[in-house]
Amino acid sequence: MAPGPLPGGVRVTAPILTQTPLGRRHVMRRRIAAAVAEALLRMAAMVGIAALVLLLTVVTRDGFHRLSWDFITSFPSRFPEQAGIRAALLGSIWVMALTTVIAVPLGIGAAIYLEEFAPRNWLTRIIETNINNLAGVPSIVYGLLGLALFVRAMELGRSILAGALTLALVVLPIIIVSGREGLRTVPPSIREAAMALGATRWQTVRHQVLPAALAPMMTGIILALSRAIGETAPLITIGALLFVPFDPRGPLDSFTVLPIQIFNWVSRPQPAFHEAAAAGIIVLLTVLLSMNAIAIAIRYWSERRRQW
Amino acid sequence: MREAPILAVLFLCALASVFTTIGIVVVLSEEAVGFFRQVSIVEFLTERRWTPLFVEKHFGVLPLLSATFLIALLALAVAVPVGLGAAIYLSEYASARVRGVLKPALEVLAGIPTVVYGYFALTFIAPQILRPLGQETAFSALSAALAMSIMLLPLVSSLSEDAMRAVPASLREAGYALGSSRLEVAVRVVLPAALSGVMAAVLLALARAVGETMIVTIAAGNIPNLSWNPLEAMQALPAYIVQVSLGDTPAGSLEYKTIFAVGLSLFACTLLLNVAAQWLLARFREVYE
Repeated sequence: MAPGPLPGGVRVTAPILTQTPLGRRHVMRRRIAAAVAEALLRMAAMVGIAALVLLLTVVTRDGFHRLSWDFITSFPSRFPEQAGIRAALLGSIWVMALTTVIAVPLGIGAAIYLEEFAPRNWLTRIIETNINNLAGVPSIVYGLLGLALFVRAMELGRSILAGALTLALVVLPIIIVSGREGLRTVPPSIREAAMALGATRWQTVRHQVLPAALAPMMTGIILALSRAIGETAPLITIGALLFVPFDPRGPLDSFTVLPIQIFNWVSRPQPAFHEAAAAGIIVLLTVLLSMNAIAIAIRYWSERRRQW
Repeated sequence: MREAPILAVLFLCALASVFTTIGIVVVLSEEAVGFFRQVSIVEFLTERRWTPLFVEKHFGVLPLLSATFLIALLALAVAVPVGLGAAIYLSEYASARVRGVLKPALEVLAGIPTVVYGYFALTFIAPQILRPLGQETAFSALSAALAMSIMLLPLVSSLSEDAMRAVPASLREAGYALGSSRLEVAVRVVLPAALSGVMAAVLLALARAVGETMIVTIAAGNIPNLSWNPLEAMQALPAYIVQVSLGDTPAGSLEYKTIFAVGLSLFACTLLLNVAAQWLLARFREVYE
């Protein structure tokens, strides 16, 4: 029998194949194809890792020697050797604190409503579809919304508060989605048990579901906020400043943030400013990686303590 | 019902997202309508020059639009094959231990701020890789596209892997029972079964690439340029918004309105891609759940 596909795409691998010269060649060819393909696929999986290592190497090589306590505590400067990230770091802390205060209660409230209370009707479907679509809206479009709504219409100006409101809208869909995933880790039997004991729906959510879902929700919130820390475009659009030689002191002060400071240094032609940018990137990535580590630690800890 | 007020507050939280969408649509169209009162929509869509900040003004969005899609498609040309290969490896070949290392590493890549990719493109990809290949200035579409492809890699691979892992094991086992190799099962059984999920991943990646701002602003240059040569500098839609935002444009001026018209074009493109992706994903779920 000739090797190769039979009618219907069925392939023959019976002893006939391995015992005739033609058959042996056919099997050989398939084995080689499989081995080559596996090597290529493994390489594809490694490309991401290689890119990550290369990126971190380049950034460390360029910026590590610029890191110092002075770099953290100095204001930006015309002289690249003296420039620091003090105002940007404080601005990032201010913006993140306000974003958290605004976005987390809203997002968790929406997640609780959609997961625990919402009736299955057209309005709920619209809200859900809408959240999915919002998650795909480019962040710079939120910047335009923030510019027209918070900066101009509400007359907040180019302030920390306007920036935080804008970023809160950017991360809201992420917090809602991960909040719902967190609530879904609590099995229905917990809710049924609480209600069987006479608890109302809100008492069930407040005293049983929320405490049980807290850890996975925290993980999602931290990851959403780590996205907000790295956002640059929407804050440039609402008019965050590029050069801030003073400490921001209140929510209505003008400000800059770390990624904008990095962008500002990257866009200058002098290599010395690029080194300052690389040092800023190291600080930013350190903050982000520590947040990721905390999120992973919470996930690990909560999975070990889970009682079901 | 003593709990009615609580329920009402929670409902309002959920409605906040609807108000966000309404806000985006209203703000963009309001300012864009003001723009189109002064500039005809025909000129906007057919004129081949974009010079709103010059004395002699032309308002043709084509150079920005073509640059946006050229960069996005170049990025996908790298990210889709590599990301799909990685997904097949992770879903069909890798042991649990290898996956346990590779997946978190890819997640780290997804969490890196885009300004960092911009830095990487400008200070490494352009001078070290593309200069020898004939890039003449510090900026080019290709350098932005390559950095963007690294950014898209985790998105493509994790969404495609999810789709492939959702394919029931019985289909694979049937393939093996007929004597297929692992490669044949992966490419001829699993991939076709997961195709709508993979296509949704590609569309979502395209939407992300079109809306990505900092990489194109830093690495592609800020010169509107209607060209298909990826080694030239060009300006993408979001980069124009950043360029105007960095200057001091008075509210109500025509320049101020252009960023909303450009933003509306951007929003329309990404919305279309996202809706298509959601539709594919919904179809895909019907089959296996």
